[in-house]
Amino acid sequence: MVQLEILHAAKESGNYDSIIDQIPYAKLLGVVMREENGQPLFELPFSDHNIGNVHLPALHGGAIGGFMENAALLHLVWARESAEVPRTIDFSLDFLRSGKAQSLYARCDITKQGKRVANVRMTAWQEDENKPVAVARAHFLLS
Amino acid sequence: MQNLPLPVLNPALFEDVANWFCQIPHSATIGLEFVMGERGHATLRVPYNTALVGNPRSGVLHGGVMTSLIDTTSALSVFSMLNEREAIATLDLRIDYLRGATPGQPVYCTAECYRLGRQIAFTRATAYQEGNDQPIAHGVATFMRESSQAQLGSKKEGA
Repeated sequence: MVQLEILHAAKESGNYDSIIDQIPYAKLLGVVMREENGQPLFELPFSDHNIGNVHLPALHGGAIGGFMENAALLHLVWARESAEVPRTIDFSLDFLRSGKAQSLYARCDITKQGKRVANVRMTAWQEDENKPVAVARAHFLLS
Repeated sequence: MQNLPLPVLNPALFEDVANWFCQIPHSATIGLEFVMGERGHATLRVPYNTALVGNPRSGVLHGGVMTSLIDTTSALSVFSMLNEREAIATLDLRIDYLRGATPGQPVYCTAECYRLGRQIAFTRATAYQEGNDQPIAHGVATFMRESSQAQLGSKKEGA
């Protein structure tokens, strides 16, 4: 549940921290949301608690997946201007490269939005958007 | 006669990896705990914690927590079939969310490595809660074996 006034205020100011604050797990991960070229851009700043392999060190696959799922949910809230946070039906994640100890970025694309279900594609990368760390697609139940 | 239980192939390795999996920073962040293991199978759990909630109004755990739980348990099920330490990496993970986790209760995940190929391991997992026959989520994953030359696990060179 996201309050629409908060969403509108966030869109107005470009600061989406107040939206993140309403999703405890997004806050725990440290997800940052902003707009770039009129579309939401998500960042997972590097943090020790998101490490999966301390020897490499590499980001945890689950943290990468959780970040991307959060990105898709927030993207849908942003695009639909709906107070209701959609529910994930399924989530399919392909890991392409290991996530290094640095910021991870994500962008989403709503492939199809129906009345009840939306299909969203997510891409996460670090230095180069053309060299994704992971790609994912998910279905969400709206309302 | 199938699915008769056997101990994990290398108990010392399995225990070491299980401990390591629960101690790695992100696992500790979500509070992952080891429950049990046998050949081809592993079970972990996440205790309920309000910091892991996706929707404060319902108190239901975030799907991302299920992703971490299922990914880690699935990887551990692969180690239950290994004799020697090696690095594995998740290739893909697909999760079906069947119902929201009941707030206030731990979530268990049990995973099975049902095919250990020379290069690829295939797993399936179920997330569930005690006292409810309806699972929370199903997950299927594939893992690349010998994915990295980097040292894996808690043991350093020479240990």
